[in-house]
Amino acid sequence: MYNHILSIVLFTPLVGAALLLLVPKENKDAIRWIANIFGFLGFAVSLPLVPWFWAAKERAGFQFVEGAPNNWIPTIGAGYVLGIDGISFLLIMLTTVLGAISILSSWNAIQDRVKEYYIWFLALQTGMLGVFMANDMFLFFVFWEAMLVPMYLLIGIWGGPRKLYAAIKFFLYTLFGSVLMLLGILFLYFHHHTLTGVYTFYLPDLYATAPKIGGHAAIWLFFAFFLGFAIKVPMFPFHTWLPDAHVEAPTAGSVILAGVLLKMGTYGLIRFSLPFFPAVAMTPWVRQFMIVLSLIGIIYGALVSLMQKDMKKLVAYSSVSHLGFCTLGIFALSPLGLSGSVLQQINHGISTGALFLIVGILYERRHTREINEYGGISNVMPLYATITLIMFMSSMGLPLLNGFVGEFTILQGTFMENKVWAAWAVPGVILAAAYLLWLYQRVFFGPVNNPKNEKLLDLSGRELATFVPLIALAFWIGLYPKPFFQILSTPVNNLVATVRPDYPGLNANKPVVATQPAATPQPVTTSLKTQESVIPTEGVSPSGGTCCASVAHTSSPDKQVLRLRARATREVRESQKQAGRSAQDDTVRISAATPTNSANAQLALANAK
Amino acid sequence: MTTSLTQYFSSTDYLLSLPMLLLTLFALGILLIDLLLPAQWKRINAITALMGLAFSAAAVGKLHWAYHVAQQKGLGFVDTGFMGTLLVDPFALYFFYLFLAGAAIAVLMSMRYLEIEQENHGEFYALLLFSVVGMMCMAAGYDIVLLFIGLELMAISTYVLVGFLRRDKRSNEAALKYLLLGAFSSGIFAYGLSLFYGLTGTTNLGKIAAGLQQIIATRPTDPVVIFALLATTTGLLFKIAAVPFHQWAPDAYEGAPTSITGFMSVAVKAAGWAMLLRIFLFGLYPLRSMYVPLLIFVSIATMTGGNLAAITQTNLKRLLAYSSIAHVGYMLLGLIASDGQTNSTGIMAILIYLLVYTFMNLGAFAVITSLRRRNIIGDEIDDIAGLYFKAPTEAILMLVFLLSLAGIPPLAGFWGKYFIFLSLIQTGHYALASIAVLYAVIGLYYYMRIANAMLIRQPVEAEPVRISPSMTLALTVTAIGTIGIGLFPNFFINAVNWSLGITQGSHHMAALLR
Repeated sequence: MYNHILSIVLFTPLVGAALLLLVPKENKDAIRWIANIFGFLGFAVSLPLVPWFWAAKERAGFQFVEGAPNNWIPTIGAGYVLGIDGISFLLIMLTTVLGAISILSSWNAIQDRVKEYYIWFLALQTGMLGVFMANDMFLFFVFWEAMLVPMYLLIGIWGGPRKLYAAIKFFLYTLFGSVLMLLGILFLYFHHHTLTGVYTFYLPDLYATAPKIGGHAAIWLFFAFFLGFAIKVPMFPFHTWLPDAHVEAPTAGSVILAGVLLKMGTYGLIRFSLPFFPAVAMTPWVRQFMIVLSLIGIIYGALVSLMQKDMKKLVAYSSVSHLGFCTLGIFALSPLGLSGSVLQQINHGISTGALFLIVGILYERRHTREINEYGGISNVMPLYATITLIMFMSSMGLPLLNGFVGEFTILQGTFMENKVWAAWAVPGVILAAAYLLWLYQRVFFGPVNNPKNEKLLDLSGRELATFVPLIALAFWIGLYPKPFFQILSTPVNNLVATVRPDYPGLNANKPVVATQPAATPQPVTTSLKTQESVIPTEGVSPSGGTCCASVAHTSSPDKQVLRLRARATREVRESQKQAGRSAQDDTVRISAATPTNSANAQLALANAK
Repeated sequence: MTTSLTQYFSSTDYLLSLPMLLLTLFALGILLIDLLLPAQWKRINAITALMGLAFSAAAVGKLHWAYHVAQQKGLGFVDTGFMGTLLVDPFALYFFYLFLAGAAIAVLMSMRYLEIEQENHGEFYALLLFSVVGMMCMAAGYDIVLLFIGLELMAISTYVLVGFLRRDKRSNEAALKYLLLGAFSSGIFAYGLSLFYGLTGTTNLGKIAAGLQQIIATRPTDPVVIFALLATTTGLLFKIAAVPFHQWAPDAYEGAPTSITGFMSVAVKAAGWAMLLRIFLFGLYPLRSMYVPLLIFVSIATMTGGNLAAITQTNLKRLLAYSSIAHVGYMLLGLIASDGQTNSTGIMAILIYLLVYTFMNLGAFAVITSLRRRNIIGDEIDDIAGLYFKAPTEAILMLVFLLSLAGIPPLAGFWGKYFIFLSLIQTGHYALASIAVLYAVIGLYYYMRIANAMLIRQPVEAEPVRISPSMTLALTVTAIGTIGIGLFPNFFINAVNWSLGITQGSHHMAALLR
């Protein structure tokens, strides 16, 4: 279980989808039950990750690593390798929670083609989890692309009146970004081969070589990746697909789209763009360009939200604004900004997910989302009104709720980098309060003007159940965010150390490897620890081997060392291939860890010379 | 040159031509048996054809095995026959397998279709087998005469097959157009080849290369060489339907019986490619610096023309015809990137592309074939509308084929594009790579138009869609091919590497080029 936890989490939804294939499509209730069970199961199997990851939170690098490099398609060097760090851990938990909630929320909303709906939904779930888990660029790309298909169908089949337009727009836009990213990936892959003589998509290996690309090539590549991710986020001016997709998608689709899919873009920026091209990210004009786009997104999104007559469109544009905060935090490139950004991504998933559920509940009852159709709803649906208020507060960043913590941290991190940037972001917070409170006033306060609204039913038990976990999380993060920051501190600090080796105070900030318990069940981290003790770090280099450990050491190993390293890896992999044919899981896991070990021995040798 | 010149037909020749001989025998057999068969037993023709393909495949397997054994023992495998005109190397064997698979699936698709069209004659299958013989000559020809004979055998068989629906005006028109343009292009092609013969005094590809090398060394811009190259290239580009020589394709594809359209778009095209690669990489290699700029222009024009024209089509067969033109544009990029000497990824990409294209495109055509019902022609986009409500499994399979054609991983079609893009990146053609990926996005749009109609729109007519057992088999094979190659491409990548003589770490098609 421990060794395969990631695969189990990844494939549980897909197993559910496969089971659903066998159920006759007339039997709608059975289908709903099975889908919900697997939705919940998907969450339940991810729960053991929480204590296990908590125990491992201070270890650098990827945890729960599974599979080995190049084991899937050896001829091209693609492998089925999964692994998570603090950033992906939080996003995975968010995905499983929101997945279960969205499936539960679709019970009444989806009446035709129920079977297909749940099959695609569960398949989508696996695709998204795969994106966050993949430790292999190729595997990542496969999940990244394959996930578009179920989402496209969810919008296209169960969407609103303009569903075809919205679905194809979503698909084409995202594909446009990702094909350019594919070229970028191929370039990195080929570049790795030129340096080391090995073809591999294995992420840690690419982390080692990608930053060595210099000059114009690096900038072009950065923007190829950036385009793929920025469209997904979406950053201004690539956001035009988002309102269409959100408005037309079914409620659960919007929840997942806003809650998880958009995070894949920010995740990509953090996981790939920054460690691959640290120098480009730190180039002043590039960084400023990114910040400016984020700021425009924040303010523009909020202003457009103010103008909306359709509730769902309002929430959709508010996502542009909130995601602007996330990218602002990323390109603030400080530990505070980055961890605030990741936390804000989680927050956005929680609160915007809830907002879409809220809109969906009214829509299910009235089949309209026009704001002026409503008024005085708090009189007829008091419980609903209360929950809505809480989630609005959370979304606008009221203290004691989650949104505040995230936005505050981002602003703090940005302020420390550049006061002007932070100043420009602040109106976003105010405008968020404006459009949400105004919306609340128009929909919930006042007398019930519209006779159609007089007999609306308050929340059912099932609907309430979809909100409970979100409210609990909102309060938890709002009141006691420390555990989240603790989980994020290791990967974020290492990332900042990678991108900005001169960033002050990172070592003091982080009591990482020294305090680690001696007996770890994780062979991979052991090896990383070894790596730490072996390599004499120069200057202010990070104290932890990281997901990007090798990048961090780019000052010491030169081309020759990289070659050595690659050769060692290759040798070990070959011997592993011979020895490990009949090997059981454990052997494979251990051997998956060994390459780093022996490569490090070589590295140390080279350093000693 | 191992065959003794005093002997015109040795046992090696016999062995090497066995796949073709068997196919010819079975084709002739079908023609004879057909005379004796009563109308309701015509299916036996199809079964005979399948048996012929199976026997031929067994013969190819035998050659493959002999090659393998010879390699294991370190002996040379005698792969040239008929005084050096026939070259059955791994490259040819790979294409043999490909043609046989494509033809077998086409036979499966045709069985019920021909009954509905009431054109269930044995000649259909005989011609199909003859055209495969022609293709094999094109893939294994190492002599421009044999190449040309193979080309004509294939082409004449397909001209007839395109016009096989005698009562259908569209089919007649398509056949006539195809015949006229095809004969015209063959003429130009033959003229180009004859000039090369005149220049070098030989018909053997290897010797032509050597001769051209000398000519180029002394006269780098010999107008006759340039003219010969232009004529040959034009003929070849006609055969693979590259822009601006593509006009015949949409008409021929639309008018031909649907199973033949599928067959033409994969096997005939693969044969064209086999011949093109043989000629460009073997015979005309010294002229590479001359033909690459030409191909760059043609490939961009092909991607543009194919993709943009496909967007507005309402006829499924025409749409797929334009899309297959676009695919040729991508494949040409592989030839632009790689020369087989310093880099072979692009060549490998073309071979992989042809393999996956065989499965996914035939799969798509199989679905369209099954739309043909008693009173419905079934090749308009409206005919596929609401297919999901009539035949859900088929609709989902069609979705798989379309996504694969669009190049979405982890389906087979992705691998074709993947290696094309990789070869472009490896050789530094970044601009071309960017253009190609952007056209891939456009491609998705028109494929998704079909998917939208199929999955989201309601049916236009109520006529049910029935799937015959042979069609089920065809769909199963193509679906397994499309998904299986997509998920586990390792075996197939290795197979292609073997067929090109690429060993791990070398970029040289060493065993192939001589």
